[in-house]
Amino acid sequence: MGKERKHIRNFCIIAHIDHGKSTLADRILEITGALSQREMTEQVLDKMDLERERGITIKMQAVRLDYRAADGREYRLNLIDTPGHVDFTYEVSRSLAACEGALLVVDAAQGIEAQTLANVYLAIENNLEIIIVINKIDLPSAEPERVKKEIEDVIGLDASDAVLVSAKLGTGVEEVLEQIVRKIPPPAGDDNLPLQALIFDSHYDSYKGVIAYVRVLHGRLEKGMRVRMMATGKEFELNEVGVFRPAMTAVDALEVGEVGFLAASIKNVKDCQVGDTVTDADNPAPKPLPGYRKVTPMVYCGLYPIDNVDYDDLRDSLDKLKLNDASLAYEPETSEALGFGFRCGFLGLLHMEIMQERLEREYNLNLITTAPSVVYRITTTAGEVLEIDNPTKMPPQGKIEKMEEPYVTATIMVPKDFVGTVMDLSQDRRGTFKNMEYMGENRVMLSYQLPLSEIIFDFFDQLKSRSRGYASLDYDLAGYCESKLVKLDIMINGDPLDALTCIVHQDKAYFRGRQLVEKLRGLIPRQLFDVPVQAAIGSKIISRETIKARRKDVLAKCYGGDITRKRKLLEKQKEGKKRMKQVGSVEIPQEAFMAVLSIEDK
Amino acid sequence: MAGNDVYNAMGIYVHVPFCIKKCYYCDFVSYVYDREKVQRYLSALAREARFYAGMLTREEKRAATLYIGGGTPTCLATEDLVEIINFIIKHFDLSAVREITVEANPGTVDREKLTALRRAGVNRISIGVQSCSGKHLCNLGRIHTFSQAVEAVETAAEAGFDNIGADLIFGLPGQSTGEWKSCLNAVAGLGLQHISAYGLQIEEGTPLAGKIAAGELSPCDEDDEAEMFTDTMQILRKKGYRHYEISNYALPGRECQHNLGYWRNGHYLGLGPAAHSYLWGARFANESSLGLYEESVNSGSFPILSARSNNQETAMAETVFLGLRLIEGLNLEDFRLRFGKDVESIYGEQVNKLVGDGLLIRRQGRLRLTERGIALGNRVFSEFV
Repeated sequence: MGKERKHIRNFCIIAHIDHGKSTLADRILEITGALSQREMTEQVLDKMDLERERGITIKMQAVRLDYRAADGREYRLNLIDTPGHVDFTYEVSRSLAACEGALLVVDAAQGIEAQTLANVYLAIENNLEIIIVINKIDLPSAEPERVKKEIEDVIGLDASDAVLVSAKLGTGVEEVLEQIVRKIPPPAGDDNLPLQALIFDSHYDSYKGVIAYVRVLHGRLEKGMRVRMMATGKEFELNEVGVFRPAMTAVDALEVGEVGFLAASIKNVKDCQVGDTVTDADNPAPKPLPGYRKVTPMVYCGLYPIDNVDYDDLRDSLDKLKLNDASLAYEPETSEALGFGFRCGFLGLLHMEIMQERLEREYNLNLITTAPSVVYRITTTAGEVLEIDNPTKMPPQGKIEKMEEPYVTATIMVPKDFVGTVMDLSQDRRGTFKNMEYMGENRVMLSYQLPLSEIIFDFFDQLKSRSRGYASLDYDLAGYCESKLVKLDIMINGDPLDALTCIVHQDKAYFRGRQLVEKLRGLIPRQLFDVPVQAAIGSKIISRETIKARRKDVLAKCYGGDITRKRKLLEKQKEGKKRMKQVGSVEIPQEAFMAVLSIEDK
Repeated sequence: MAGNDVYNAMGIYVHVPFCIKKCYYCDFVSYVYDREKVQRYLSALAREARFYAGMLTREEKRAATLYIGGGTPTCLATEDLVEIINFIIKHFDLSAVREITVEANPGTVDREKLTALRRAGVNRISIGVQSCSGKHLCNLGRIHTFSQAVEAVETAAEAGFDNIGADLIFGLPGQSTGEWKSCLNAVAGLGLQHISAYGLQIEEGTPLAGKIAAGELSPCDEDDEAEMFTDTMQILRKKGYRHYEISNYALPGRECQHNLGYWRNGHYLGLGPAAHSYLWGARFANESSLGLYEESVNSGSFPILSARSNNQETAMAETVFLGLRLIEGLNLEDFRLRFGKDVESIYGEQVNKLVGDGLLIRRQGRLRLTERGIALGNRVFSEFV
């Protein structure tokens, strides 16, 4: 294999969404000749269509690059991509742990954002060398000096060496590569110690099984050896080890400091979890690398096929997605209104939306997503402790001794002009003020203790719209706290629609109930008969609206014999019906089930 | 298979794609009247008619109806309109024709033109009255007043027409149910043989849709429109008109034969840009742009933009949803003769559900919409596509 360790550099890129991480990565790939310009569809590292559309990275990728530096030597650079969203903090931390350095990419016009900050702190904790890259200097609104000062004030890093870059135009990218070579230390590690390799990502290949992305910290990872996953205890024989250039290329072994992949006909991603340590089964390391954590879903929702015959397809599709995503959890459940479906757990709301969209797009399923829920902890009067991830499972009020819900510590960075409105929002969402820090010119960092359930109800959208897009958010689970919570049921045409049941704070129940009922009245199309929509707590109706019957729905004209057009209109109408769920005798559109999510947008 | 039709003689439709000015709600193909354009159109139209005449067998050339629609056919010069009628008569077999209709717009007809049309064989005039209120006519972008419309009706009668129809639109922006009722009463008092009352459809991309999107006009309330629809049935029936199709009313025997052909899923030949045909078991749509239409015809091809053969399944579905538009309903025996199958053997489930919902009713060998089903026709029809 040959490349001396002192010529290896392992690094990742930390950037906020839209700050240009992918474009910079593309330029680096181009300059190092990993891909010709023609081979690159834009932004190679973001593989999924969905990622490209949203301009975010969901799934990390890694790539090995060869670079001849100004000192005349050939260096091997391993770039490990990181997802840029709050739902994936743990994955970010694992890829940081696989590196010695990080590029901190900051938009020259927008400055640091909360998520970036959280990740930089993670990088500093991991003792990473940070190279500051101020991107988008070609923008007329770029203020690199201000951003440098902000970085110094806020993070306390020396920004005098910051590279001014326009990834779009290619300006400054060579200098970034030079700093990577000069500043980031080569990997340390001991060839003679038993193998310890960190799994920082994985994907499923239908021929090779699970492909684990690894960084070797000590020892040597060789084709044919028997390895053990230290957290799960599973053992496998390695069929293949290799590197990404960026296509997967087999090699004989991965040495200390190297980044690559292993394949061992692993059938289940569960056996090969991100953060786990790979060791030699015959000569195991005494203990795993620090930092492994079992990923636990924070947000749950029900996924139901609109047409019950799609149930098996939905299960197969979830099985397939699960192959690539160990954090996805699901188990069958039934709803009186919706029939057979699955209760699915996600890392966060974005993760949930992405999975739902992939199921609909890639697997062609028409789905109903029920309102997301957090996991509530309920102590019954009998002293039993229940974890409830589905509001319909909440026991009757009389049997509840105490209810707890998960809280987070939310960090919100915002220009000072929006402090009032952000505080308003946080208070409105039952937040407790913790702290406010000045982050240099014009900006502050607010910390609030907030119930997670309040964050998943469009908190982020509200935050963005109330701060004209300037606020950024990061949060960390802070544990469970007791709350006065009640179950809010929704009844349509007299029948409870279990999929819309939610758990809300007692003080907000009336307000939420009224909003929800009003919203549903707008979302459910008029039927052939009057349909009452009611909200209830226990047996008490707290709000009621009526969707009046539709009296006329008929096309007038004949369009001069254009039967095809008429037919298309009817087909469209029929198609629209297919997107609705028949609940009792009422047809309810998909959006209605998500109504609980956005009830505050007025 | 689908071609084995019980209605032998076809209908002929001619599209005249010219108007003095396009109405704000209209999304039919039409161009502003231009003498030279019209001449080019006429020669292409004649050529297209010759193509079909050359293709059709003697049997197939027999036409039961001719309908000249638009656009505004009457914006053409009298001799041009007469020419169209003459070459249709020349190329096809109109010896047994029952009805020749010309659509007319108030403001484009006079005694001389109408008399000439009557003499050329036209026996039915359909006048676009649309509304009785100056405000609404103006909102719709019509070029005439209500009194001009009344005058057109009178002139047509004087010119010898005894089969005159009027088109009306309800559910207009800002229209009240009271306004509509008094309009209906006024129009029903004109001695017309036929009245069509269409609910306004706001088509995407029309100036009217733009005005509504911009907030200049607000669309009619859904419940008001439903009430207008019911009022129409009551008022016109009381005045002696027979409600024979969802939007159409006629004195007994004065139903529009040409349109009945569509609803009975009969065959028809459409000539002119954007015209549609149903021949030989297939549906054809002509080029909709006048330029492409002419180019195609002049290069010797049929000006067809798209074509789709109708398999039996499609033909059956169409026969049902078109037939149910007729108030008398779908003749189950005719259906069986035409397709060799019973409606209920194919659509039994849908029919049962719709009967259960009170939207359909089986009566005297027919399947028809209930009073409630008439207003909710799309709910019914969409079950069959």
